[in-house]
Amino acid sequence: MTELRPDQKIIAAHVADGARVLDIGCGSGVLMQELVETRAADVLGMEINPAKVAAAMARGLSVAQGDALKDLVHYPDQSFDYVILSQTLQAVKRPDLVLDELVRIGRQAFVSFPNFAHWRVRLSLLVGGRMPVTRLLPEQWYDTPNIHHVTVDDFRALIRDRGFKQDGQWFLSGDTQTGRGAANLMAEHAVFLLRR
Amino acid sequence: MQHADRHSQSVKLDSPLPLDCGKQLEGVEIAYASHGALNADKSNAILICHALTGDQYVASDHPVTGKPGWWTRMVGPGRPIDTDRYHVICANVLGSCMGSTGPASICPVTGKPYAMDFPVITIADMVRAQAMLLDHLGIEKLHAVVGGSMGGMQALSWAAQYPACVGAAAVIASTSRHSAQNIAFHEVGRQAIMADPSWQGGEYYDDGGAAPSAGLAVARMAAHITYLSEAGLTEKFGRRLQDRDVKTFGFDADFQIESYLRHQGINFVERFDANSYLYITRAMDYFDLSEAHGGLLAQAFAGTTTRFCLISFNTDWLYPTAESRTILQALHAAGADASFVELESAFGHDAFLLENAEMKAIMRGFLNDGGTV
Repeated sequence: MTELRPDQKIIAAHVADGARVLDIGCGSGVLMQELVETRAADVLGMEINPAKVAAAMARGLSVAQGDALKDLVHYPDQSFDYVILSQTLQAVKRPDLVLDELVRIGRQAFVSFPNFAHWRVRLSLLVGGRMPVTRLLPEQWYDTPNIHHVTVDDFRALIRDRGFKQDGQWFLSGDTQTGRGAANLMAEHAVFLLRR
Repeated sequence: MQHADRHSQSVKLDSPLPLDCGKQLEGVEIAYASHGALNADKSNAILICHALTGDQYVASDHPVTGKPGWWTRMVGPGRPIDTDRYHVICANVLGSCMGSTGPASICPVTGKPYAMDFPVITIADMVRAQAMLLDHLGIEKLHAVVGGSMGGMQALSWAAQYPACVGAAAVIASTSRHSAQNIAFHEVGRQAIMADPSWQGGEYYDDGGAAPSAGLAVARMAAHITYLSEAGLTEKFGRRLQDRDVKTFGFDADFQIESYLRHQGINFVERFDANSYLYITRAMDYFDLSEAHGGLLAQAFAGTTTRFCLISFNTDWLYPTAESRTILQALHAAGADASFVELESAFGHDAFLLENAEMKAIMRGFLNDGGTV
């Protein structure tokens, strides 16, 4: 089985035991399985790619093939303890609308994304003059699924504008946690815990 | 440990079967097959529900056609529905003609075949009859109920009618209600049967074999088209001619597709009763699970603890993916544990009967979750 990514490890460590969880963009269910096994969580996954849905279902996980932007509207308010959107926000068509749905459906929402203001990204653009290709953003500009690059400060501004409350924030540099100070420059990756 | 692979046996229900139409049926017989051993606490039973023209021969040779069971790729030792682990039961539906009570059965009152005196039945009635069969067998709770097409309608109905008795429900290439288009195709089939002079108002049983075969064959031909995809037909037959190099400028089966459909029709009438076809298609047309709940499908599953697995196929235009999505949304609105995936196949509605590695893996994972038995 594939290892959890560092952001997924942070999320898994902060999900309460027995919680009801919706994992959006769950892939083949690596994080879901971790939550089921270590947190006895009741987890539903949503994934757009049918082959990944089939792989997760074959593991005995509950997964619905669907599109975050189109299908989240069908879930009642506050029907999950946590909604997780890991490494997916930057790939959806309207991240702002998806965020609205996350905090509507979930009592709390974990959101993780690669920080486009990390110094290596900045340097790459500044010096190279080309769209950055980094470890966390390995695709070229033309084939990247990440259509809305976002920085830590952009995200903070959006949640402030939307009036969401923030219950936690974690930052990663490499695969290890880094401090909040200068996160917009130093963090490769951010995890936020939000609520309405 | 009870055992046995019983390739078909029959149970006569002890009490009358109440029907949705208000009538009740006395002396109902249900024919069923079973595979794999029932465990000591009777917790490993899986009920498989068959489609319109299916029967209990899911994993054993068909007595009329001699062909292997209709889902041997899915059901058997080591298969996704593993008879080494599960006790699999498949019952011929009420109204059918492979041993369960239907219009060709003898009415205990008149001593003659029911024919059109058979009451109009529903999917819920079929499920009620299956529940009485399971009562008779002493099985109180099903590990799972699994069905494709009309079998999926039964699986959904099982979960709605007997929520405490269904641990898990797998609903494949199916729908929660028959659409206008679905009803329309069935009506074409029924009219073909009733337009056959041999049908005689359904009273053809005494006539020494003059059943409405032509009408039933046409009904089967029309229905068969709905089971296949346009792309599948093009790939398999295209405009190719049948055993000839040029068109005959006549109405013989010039094209391979014509020959194929005629063949399907002729084979079908050997194993199926025309009146059963009328009654079962009617039951499907009457199917709308939300009807009894003010049109709110989610209400049909309120408070359910059943786990659901929905599978659709991208080329199925009989029960397209949108139907499965409707069911998924209702189940999630009801707070149910429900999975859904649209699988790729070139073969249209029939895909659920054909080889599909993903469907097999999903079924295995779905059935084995929620504790081993």
